[in-house]
Parts: sequence; C-alpha cells; structure tokens
Amino acid sequence: MSTTHAAVAVALVSLATLGIGAFGLRVSRTTSDFYVASRSVSPSLNSSAIGGEYLSAASFLGVAGLVLTSGPDVLWYPIGWTAGYLLLLVLVAAPLRRSGAYTIPDFAQVRLQSVAVRRAATLLVVGVGWLYLMPQFQGAGLTLRTVSGSPGWVGMVLVAGIVVVNVVAGGMRSITFVQAFQYWLKLTALLVPAVFLLRAWALDGAPSPVAPDAWFAPWSTNDAQGLYTTYSVLVATFLGTMGLPHVVVRFYTNPDGHAARRTTLIVLALIGGFYLLPTVYGVLGRVYASDLVAAGRADTVVLELPARVLGGGLGDVLSALVTAGAFAAFLSTSSGLTMAIAGVVGQSLASGPLAGRLSPISSLRLAAAGCVLVPLGLALAAEPIPVATSVTFAFALAASTFCPLLVLGIWWRGLTAPGALAGMAGGGLAALLATVLALSDRPGGWTGTLVGQPALWTVPLGFGLMVGVSLLTRSRVPTTVARTMVRLHTPERVDVQR
Amino acid sequence: MPDRPGEPGGRVRVTSPLTSAAAPHGRRSARQEIDEETGVGDVYVRSLVSTQLRSALAVVAALALGLGSLPLVFALVPDVADARLGPVPLPWLLLGFVVYPTLLALGWVYVRRSERAEADFTDLVDPRSVEDVPR
Repeated sequence: MSTTHAAVAVALVSLATLGIGAFGLRVSRTTSDFYVASRSVSPSLNSSAIGGEYLSAASFLGVAGLVLTSGPDVLWYPIGWTAGYLLLLVLVAAPLRRSGAYTIPDFAQVRLQSVAVRRAATLLVVGVGWLYLMPQFQGAGLTLRTVSGSPGWVGMVLVAGIVVVNVVAGGMRSITFVQAFQYWLKLTALLVPAVFLLRAWALDGAPSPVAPDAWFAPWSTNDAQGLYTTYSVLVATFLGTMGLPHVVVRFYTNPDGHAARRTTLIVLALIGGFYLLPTVYGVLGRVYASDLVAAGRADTVVLELPARVLGGGLGDVLSALVTAGAFAAFLSTSSGLTMAIAGVVGQSLASGPLAGRLSPISSLRLAAAGCVLVPLGLALAAEPIPVATSVTFAFALAASTFCPLLVLGIWWRGLTAPGALAGMAGGGLAALLATVLALSDRPGGWTGTLVGQPALWTVPLGFGLMVGVSLLTRSRVPTTVARTMVRLHTPERVDVQR
Repeated sequence: MPDRPGEPGGRVRVTSPLTSAAAPHGRRSARQEIDEETGVGDVYVRSLVSTQLRSALAVVAALALGLGSLPLVFALVPDVADARLGPVPLPWLLLGFVVYPTLLALGWVYVRRSERAEADFTDLVDPRSVEDVPR
C-alpha cells in the first residue's frame, strides 16, 4: 500500500482528534468539566464515547489476527469483552453511578470509610492502566511501521503526544467528544472495506478458506489445558471489564442511575455490532493472506487485506481508511486510560502532597503528562507481544481486585476495610506475579498455562480473601453501611437522605 | 377540593377526639422510616436490594449456563462441534454471530425488570414523586 495514503490517513485522524479536543477546550471550564464532564453526558453520546474508548487495538487488529491464526477458539475474546458489559450492567452500573464518587478509589472510600483502601485502589488503577496502555502504544508503533515503514517508536510517541495534549487541554469534556467521534470512525473503517472485500470474494466464486482441519474446529487443543485456558479467558473478560479504570470512570459522567443503565444497554448494541466484523477479516485472511501466520504478522491482517484483495486505487483508499480506524483505536483507548489514571492521580496530588499549591485542574494536567511516560518507556523497551494476549493480563488483574471490591461493596453489607485490603492485595499480587512470570520466564506445560491465563485461580482468590477476612473482622463493618446502601440502591427521584 | 374548612358554604370535617388522640402513633411515611434508619425502613431497602440482586443473579446464571457451557459442550460432544448450518459450521455461527443479539436481549430484559422494581419501590416509599415519571 502506498505510504502517502497511510500518512495522509494518520495525519487526518490526528488532526481531527486534536480539533475536536480543541472544541472541547472551549466548553471545558470547571473542575467538574475536567474530571467527569459535569455529569451531564446523554446516554447516546456517552455510549458512543464508551464504545470508542473500549474498542482498542486488541479489538480492531488483534481479534482478526487471532482468528486468522487459531480459528473459532479465540472468538471467546470478543464475546467475553461484550458479556463483560452485560455483567457490568447487571451488577454495578446504576449503583456505581449513584455512589456519587468520581473514581474507584472514591467509591472504596465512600463505601468502606478507609483511607488505606483508597490508597490501595489508587495504586491498582495505575497498575491496571499501565498494563493496558503499554500494548496500545506498541500497537501504534506496529501499525505505523506496517503501513509506512517508519521505525516503531514514531507511532508510539505520536499517540502518546496527542493523548497528553488532549487530556491536558480539555479533560473529560474534550475526551468524550473525541471518543464518540472515534467509535463511528472505527465502525466505518471496518464496515466499508468489509463490504467491498465480501463483494470481491463473492465475485471470486466464494472460495473456502484454506487451512488445516484443526483451524475450523472450535476445539483445536482438545485437552484439559485448552479447556482451562478458555474458561480462564471467560472469567477474566467477563469480570475484568467492570474493573477497568477507563470503563468505570465513564459511568460517573451519566446524569443518574437510570441513564447509566440505558447507556450500558446501548453500549452492548454498539460493541456487539462491531464485533461481527473482525471475524469476517480473519476468515477472509485465511483465503487471501494465510502467509501472514507463518510470517508472525497476523495482527496486520486487517491492514493488509484491502490492498491484497482489491488492489489499485480502491485498495489504496480502503487501506488508508483501515489505517485511520486503527489509529483511532489507539488514540481513543489511550486517551480514556490516560484520563482515568490522571483523574485518580490528579485527585490524590491535589488533596495530598500538592494541596494548596496546585489547583485540581493543574494537577490533573500534571498527572496526565507524568502517567504516560512510564508505559511509553515500557512499550519502547519491551519485546512486542500480541495485543490481544497482553490486554488479557490487565483484564485478569482488574477481575481479581476491582471486581470483588465493586460486587461485594455494592451487594454485601458485611464487607470490611481489612477484607477489601486483603482481597485486593492477594488477588492483585497473584495476578501480577503470574504476569511477570509469563512475560519473563515463559514456563511451559501446566505452569505456563496457569500463569499465562491466571484469572481462573486469582479471581476466586481475591473473592475468597475479601469474604473470609471480612467475616473475621465483623466488628469493622462501617457504621455508615445502611446509609450507603440507601444511597447506592434507591432511585434518585425518591427523596431520601443519601 | 370541595371541603375546605372555614370557607363559607364549604363543608367542615368533624373528627372524633379518639382519632386525634391516636395520631401521634399513626402511620409514618416509608420515607421517614428509611431516613431515620428504623427497622421498618431497613426492611424496605433490603427488599429492594434483594429484588435487584435476584434479577442480576438471574442474568449471571443465564450467562454461566448458556454461554459458559459451550466450551464444555464443544469439547465433550463432537457432533455439535462438527455440525453445519448450510456451508457455515455451527460453532462459527454461534460464537461469531448468535451470541451478540442474545447478550443484548438479556440486557434489555434486565433493564426492564430492574426499572420496574425501582418504580414499584418509588410507588411504595414516595408516591408523590411517581406521577411525573413515565413508566
């Protein structure tokens, strides 16, 4: 594909992102604008923004690449990412909004009245966020290298730079507009080329994919380890979604609990619709581009197909469109994550070490710039790993820590601060240790499987510790729990004290 | 309201002293019970929370039994894994397409149920606020 087209596409997306961000800057004034867009985002705009932010590089490029490599086994990833939203809807959406907190650490403090739990949650937000940001930056580098031959660091630095400028400039208000735009851009960028590709494929006589038998079957590794891996992916994605900082923070931008539910329902439709498409690319990839598997470049199948199948001017234009979509994917997810981390860290800075010396808005800006540097450094230093795999670790960490905190905090009066701390520490350390082992040592056999997909044992560990220690420390149940339950569960229109 | 006391020609309500004596122990609103964290107020809130939790757990169970059993079924019953609907293998159809509308439908049913539970709760606790809210 031509380098000029790709460069133009990336430049256009970057400019549109900055332009919409600048528009947001004109309307962002108050602290509440910066942190939660003044809690006034309508369900339709908010759900587009959530869709835009949630569909990351792993969804846009990774799923098609995995389908190309391994067949239907990996369809569990997009299913889990969608079902995660359903669980978010039924277990936490409305109560979380009604808690009135800005962030997960805020929620923890409101519910458990403990500064220690708040600090632990803040640390975890940063950890999960960094784990998720790193592959986004790496993916940006990979994409730009594929389409234009530039060195890997160019894409990473470009994405990081734009994200920081947008968060620094306009905060949550800006980011909401940017992300809503990027959802529709991503959908178009995958849908339009898919229509042309399918037409070309039909005119071609609809050839069947060429692949070994195992690729067609849903059970290529028909053994206990394969089964364990699938269920672990399901647990991580089902339960991890509700604990991702950039997902949760968006719920505070809803006007009320009722709107939070409606927003989540629209999000289910938006992301479910989107996930029908990567499978098409993966399967067509088996027809026209199966050499990418052997070359170890399966992640680029979405970018390569238009040029290979259609060729000519149409192929170039569509390639540019897909590139634009991929770039939008990195930008929107990274913006959301940076916003979420910066929101949490900025708040701690403003109330802690820098209290009185920095306004809340300035500390948000400072935090955004600081928080991007670490994952950018990691992305530049680390070996590239397949995007869909690496985000799984972030999901596993979130599922083992924030999922029990939110679910038990919302539904169980018996949760205590020591219980929450024990669960977050135990589940979190186990998930982190597994990640480090899997990425550095790469053990084989059962050990490799257990640390490669840790959620199936770290999530029960997190839940178990949280419940067990809470039961042992019953005297520490906060005295405010009855009032908090009223606040979390009663509809806003009922006029009770909250 | 025809019976405004004190207006000429209007009706006057006559109450027995027994009723007015009983008033201080009479019914208090559910809202008051909740605000004052009495046992009765607690029962109202707990029943709302447990209704909502039941709806949520019903969805979780549907998800675990429906979607969660698929990997096992594919592994244990090869006939299902090998079945085809026209040219498309059944597992591809299920995992690539059918799952998504099903998840959306589950979410829609849940939202209806939980909104209805909240409307019932509002009716019970704070009837004044119900009128302006479409159900």
